[in-house]
Amino acid sequence: MLAAIAFYVLAAIAVISAFAVISARNPVHSVLFLILTFFTAAGLFVLLGAEFLAMLLVVVYVGAVAVLFLFVVMMLDVDFTELKKGFVQYLPAGLIVALLLMVELGLVAGAATSAGGAPISLSPAEPSPITNAEAIGRVLYTDYLLLFQMAGLILLVAMIGAIVLTLRHRPGVKRQDIAAQVGRRRSEAVELKDVRPGQGI
Amino acid sequence: MFAISLTHYLVVAALLFTIGVFGIFVNRKNVIIILMSIELVLLSVNINLVAFSAFLRNLDGQIFAMLVLTVAAAEAAVGLAILVTYFRNRGDIAVEDINQMRG
Repeated sequence: MLAAIAFYVLAAIAVISAFAVISARNPVHSVLFLILTFFTAAGLFVLLGAEFLAMLLVVVYVGAVAVLFLFVVMMLDVDFTELKKGFVQYLPAGLIVALLLMVELGLVAGAATSAGGAPISLSPAEPSPITNAEAIGRVLYTDYLLLFQMAGLILLVAMIGAIVLTLRHRPGVKRQDIAAQVGRRRSEAVELKDVRPGQGI
Repeated sequence: MFAISLTHYLVVAALLFTIGVFGIFVNRKNVIIILMSIELVLLSVNINLVAFSAFLRNLDGQIFAMLVLTVAAAEAAVGLAILVTYFRNRGDIAVEDINQMRG
C-alpha cells in the first residue's frame, strides 16, 4: 500500500519534472528539473530493490553530470530566448512522433507483460540474505570483469577527450618553462659591475 | 491498482522516453536541452533495465544499467566539451547552422 503510494508519487514527479526539463524557458531551471528527475528515478530504483544503482544515480548523475550541465549553462553567455523560438515551429512534428512512439511503446509493454512467457509477475521486494551492493559486487568482479574494465577505459578516453577538446593555448600568457629555467647560465644572468665607492652606477 | 507490477514501471519508462524524444524534436536550436533530453532517454532505458532485473530476479540488468550510466556520463562530458569549444569558436550555440564541417 505504502509502496504503491510511493511509486505513484515518484512516477508522477518524474514525468512532470521531465516535461519541465524540455519546456522550461530558463535552461538553469531545466538543469534543476533534470536533477529532480534523477532524484525521483533514484527513488524508483530504491522501490525496486536496487539500492546500489540508486546511490550511483545520485552520485554520478546529480553529483557530476547535472553539475557539469549547470556549469556549462552558466558559463556560456548565450541569449536563450533566441534559442527558444523554434519551439512552436517544431511542435506538430514532435507531437506526431511522440504520440506514435507512445502508442508503440504502450503496445509493446502491454503485450510483453500480458504474454505470460517469462515469469515476470513476481514481486520485486524479497528479503534476501545478502545486500544488493554485495550481490552486484559478486558478479561485477567475476563474470563481468572485462565489461567493468571496458567501462573504466571508456571513462578514461572520455576524460582525455574532454580535456583535449577544451584545452587551448592562449598567446601572451606567461607560463613556467622549466627547460629554460634549468638551461640558464651564469654568464647570461649575472653581470658584474665594478662600482666605485661613493659614485653609484 | 495497489499492486505495482512490471507494467507500471514500463509505462513510466515509456513516458520518460517519449518526453526525451519529444524534447529533442522541440528544442532543435538549443543543444544543451538536446543533451539533457538524451540523458532523459538513457534514464528511461535504465529504469526499464532495473525494473526487468528486479522482476526477473536477475542481476544482469542492473550491471547493464551501470554500463549505460557510465556511457551516459562519458557522453555528457564529451558533448559538453564539444559545445564549449563550438561556443568559443562561433560565439553562439545555434546548432541549426552547424555546417562548417561539410566537406
